[in-house]
Amino acid sequence: MLLIRCPYCEAERPEVEFTYAGEAHIARPADPSALSDDEWRDFLFIRTNPRGRHFERWRHMHGCGRFFNAVRDTVTDKFSMTYKAGAPRPSDEEIALASSATADSAASVKDARP
Amino acid sequence: MSNFRIAGKGRVNRSRQLRFSFDGVDYTGYEGDTLASALLANGVHLVGRSFKYHRPRGILTAGSEEPNALVGSNRGNGRFEPNTRATVLEVFEGLKTESQNRWPSLTRDIGAVNDALYMLFSAGFYYKTFMWPKSFWDKVYEPVIRNAAGLGKAPTAPDPDSYASRFAHCDVLVVGGGAAGLAAALEAGRSGASVILCDEQSEIGGSLLAEPTAEINGQLAWDWLEDTNAALAAMPNVTVLPRTTAIGYYHQNFVGLCQRLTDHLRIVPDGAPRERMWKVRAKQVVLAQGAIEKPLVFAGNDRPGVMLAGAARTYLNRYGVKVGNWVVAVTSHDSAWHAAFDLAKAGVEVAAIVDVRGTVPTQLVAAADALRIRTLIGWTVTGTKGRLRVSSVRVNPVGPGGKVGGAETIACDTLLMSGGWTPSIHLFSHTQGSLTWNEDGQMFLPGRGKEECRLAGAGKGRFGLKAAFEDGAAAGSAAAADAGFAAQPAAYHVEGELSFTGVTGHELPTDRDPGHAKAFVDFQNDVMAKDIRLAVREGFKSIEHIKRYTTNGMATDQGKLSNINGLAVASDALKRPIPAVGLTTFRPPYTPTSFGTFAGYNKGALFEVTRKTPIDGWAEENGAVYEPVSLWRRAWYFPQVGEDMHAAVARECKAVRTSVGMFDASTLGKIEIVGPDAAEFMNRMYTNAWTKLAPGRCRYGLLLGEDGFIRDDGVIGRLAQDRFHVTTTTGGAARVLGMMEDYLQTEWPDLKVWLTSTTEQWSVIALQGPNARKLIEPFVEGIDLSEGAFPHMAVATGKICGVPTRLFRVSFTGELGFEINVPARYGRAVWEKLFEAGQRFGITPYGTETMHVLRAEKGYIIVGQDTDGTLTPDDAGLSWAVGKTKPDFVGKRSLSRPDMLAANRKQLVGLLTSDPKTVLEEGAQIVLDPNQPVPMDMVGHVTSSYWSAELGRSIAFAVIQGGRSLQGKTVHVPMPDKVHSATITGMVFVDPENTRLSA
Repeated sequence: MLLIRCPYCEAERPEVEFTYAGEAHIARPADPSALSDDEWRDFLFIRTNPRGRHFERWRHMHGCGRFFNAVRDTVTDKFSMTYKAGAPRPSDEEIALASSATADSAASVKDARP
Repeated sequence: MSNFRIAGKGRVNRSRQLRFSFDGVDYTGYEGDTLASALLANGVHLVGRSFKYHRPRGILTAGSEEPNALVGSNRGNGRFEPNTRATVLEVFEGLKTESQNRWPSLTRDIGAVNDALYMLFSAGFYYKTFMWPKSFWDKVYEPVIRNAAGLGKAPTAPDPDSYASRFAHCDVLVVGGGAAGLAAALEAGRSGASVILCDEQSEIGGSLLAEPTAEINGQLAWDWLEDTNAALAAMPNVTVLPRTTAIGYYHQNFVGLCQRLTDHLRIVPDGAPRERMWKVRAKQVVLAQGAIEKPLVFAGNDRPGVMLAGAARTYLNRYGVKVGNWVVAVTSHDSAWHAAFDLAKAGVEVAAIVDVRGTVPTQLVAAADALRIRTLIGWTVTGTKGRLRVSSVRVNPVGPGGKVGGAETIACDTLLMSGGWTPSIHLFSHTQGSLTWNEDGQMFLPGRGKEECRLAGAGKGRFGLKAAFEDGAAAGSAAAADAGFAAQPAAYHVEGELSFTGVTGHELPTDRDPGHAKAFVDFQNDVMAKDIRLAVREGFKSIEHIKRYTTNGMATDQGKLSNINGLAVASDALKRPIPAVGLTTFRPPYTPTSFGTFAGYNKGALFEVTRKTPIDGWAEENGAVYEPVSLWRRAWYFPQVGEDMHAAVARECKAVRTSVGMFDASTLGKIEIVGPDAAEFMNRMYTNAWTKLAPGRCRYGLLLGEDGFIRDDGVIGRLAQDRFHVTTTTGGAARVLGMMEDYLQTEWPDLKVWLTSTTEQWSVIALQGPNARKLIEPFVEGIDLSEGAFPHMAVATGKICGVPTRLFRVSFTGELGFEINVPARYGRAVWEKLFEAGQRFGITPYGTETMHVLRAEKGYIIVGQDTDGTLTPDDAGLSWAVGKTKPDFVGKRSLSRPDMLAANRKQLVGLLTSDPKTVLEEGAQIVLDPNQPVPMDMVGHVTSSYWSAELGRSIAFAVIQGGRSLQGKTVHVPMPDKVHSATITGMVFVDPENTRLSA
């Protein structure tokens, strides 16, 4: 079970308090009627589905109830960072900084070689 | 009965003798015995029959990795468990056990004919042997195979035990209480960190329990152990959990521990849980799981009496049991020599030590000579004899170039074997940590980890007591330091260390045809070396495929003994090095774990909550039959004496149509939408237009997903300019609120709107029927109920029966109707008052079935029953509810996508059967041509279907391709009895002019 940091509660909480809410940074078009059928299809259905870094939405369902964004690696399941809804997509540098801060606070990955 | 207990040896409590039974025979053992040690003390090796060939099998190991000695254990009072490992099961007074997979008895088993037919049952036999004829598979082959194969029988009665669970947090979790784990726990404990130390055995100590003569820091091992256990017990920051298996290692140091609490007790205290699942979140984890001895692969290595050398040493030193009287040891590793020496010193005749290595440490040979044990260095074992117990072993010298010489037979009643040791990396593998192949040790060792985790001791290839202690101490202090506590690892001085060299990864050489050798690799799944070679010959190259084709490593022991040997055989056959062949993945749980432990408290009434309305108790007292609707239980119908459901529903329907009925609608989802932008928010969420809806009026609201399909519906009342009372379907309430929150928080955070779930704040009583107004009028204050002042789809606040109400003039029946919302705590009182007053109208409580019939007669749909997530408003005939002039609402853009405008979409229509008595099955498929051969073209299906007492005939709704254009046409509905025909109609069957609504 993952630990997820809610950027509103500013606390790590177990995964069971949260629900997943799909890919992040897909804003609803201001005027959907101006979109072509293909553009609207892409908004509705087309997702990046990456192997690796994924920007995604979560909701602190059994906590504050807020939706927020997260950067998670789909291979390792590790969260690099979480941030509030509406905040811009973080840059590579910001993500790297957040990841190393997490690693520092909890000690780096152990080399278990004998 | 022979006694194999040796005076002065072992840790069992000789002052506490216990009686137990195995296959109906009574035996005695001592407190501290496992079933395996107690049976061995009575000279019993034969304990079971194998899975496929029904070969006699004995006790192979002394730990949880045991593949053979699986028994049925009966702890009394309905507590029966199949496949209990005899090496783990602790003996108590009165324990009853039985062997498995044999008939009529363990010694005379009919199924053993499979062993003679073994050529039929080679790898993948079920894909080949039983292919033809096809019809035989279901009726003959599979039942016969299922009957013949398998292990224990599942219990038929419900589990009488309860199970507990708890969460725990600690700084350092240490898995394994052997030398390394104890050293780690001591360091972490002394540093002040909070520590949990768990070990699967009944006693903490691991291999130290079988090392009484070693000296640690000047103390004998067991004295040191006693002091250490006392020291740990005295630390308030340390929790020691024996009988506790770490079964799974999950993300971010979340580890599941299964603690066995009562299986070893003769009398289980009332209410005591059998097992407890600990869900531990640890800052740091130290894995000190030790190593598991490997069997050697040679013909006849599975006979009862053939066992791992280390196990024999454990039975002798820990339990005071000699495993036989005439022992031969075959080995490629020093450790079997030490087992043979200990047995010889205890008075057991050791006929020979056969070492397949060309050279062995000279001090071992000298020690053997001193004990007058014959040594055969560079020899091999090529067979064993003995039907129910090994009686002799066939040995051959191996000459230069690997040439196997002439055979010699040595009599024995026990054959010890050791093929070296495999580090237990299972939990580390759960974390997806990488593994590296160690060629010298012929073992996989932990590589790079992905969690805050360290390994220590034999579990990472550091063999020997001193190495284990020091490695454990280092890991424990480093883990404590990383958790924020200062620690300095202690040094350990060990005397009496045993030599620990030697490996093998290969099937032993033989002078016979290896294609006929019954040389077992996986004892539990009956996989032989030749099966693995066959799989390779048939083209399997990946170890994952070989595993599945041969089932090697797929038994409940997850290949703890067989994976590495199987890999070595595959590697030899493939002529590729072991790391290139790869290792299969270990998965949780580490050892078989009861379902009860996973379920914990979540069973029976606690499995899932049952939501009840405030009026539920009245319904129960008045004989309601219930049905579940999402998490709610709702009154389905109220049968009177002698009535079946059909009669009750007909009576309830008639009451509503002719006088007045009352219905508990409290489960309806309710959301209060408040704020200056409430109307704008409603405009954007729902298809309908809300701006012009006046306060005091209601409107049917339709909610789509962004994809344009119907998600939910409900009547929505506007209480004020800035306040809406939204109702949703019973099952959709949470989903709708979540969807609204999503849009409000993330798409339109600028809107000043607040959303509150009020489902449980209101009790809702629906009063429906021509006498509804007459009934409530005397009880209502502050609301003019006249048709002009309070028409259909009006809402007002006032009082009823003296309590506050939001009164809705709405109808889900087609009759004059009210839905009376009162604060939940008044619900039952108001219900009872109105029921009492309604007696003069013959008021009739009705349930959800009558509600369904009445709404269907009137053509009202139920979202989720008549829609399935693929219907647009137009498909459902609800275009009138779509505000076409609104610039936007959720889902609007999708309604003009080309597929949504296609002519042949499935549309909701009414259906009237040609035979009015026929009530179609809901879900039945609809075809246009009943004579078309199967598979027929299915153009739709029935969504709702009822008997209408009002009409004296059946009615139905269906979705049919282009249905609305087929009005009056006949369609056909194949059902199990016959193909029924029906006519497509409109959906409103009763009062299409809506005269009754305004009665």
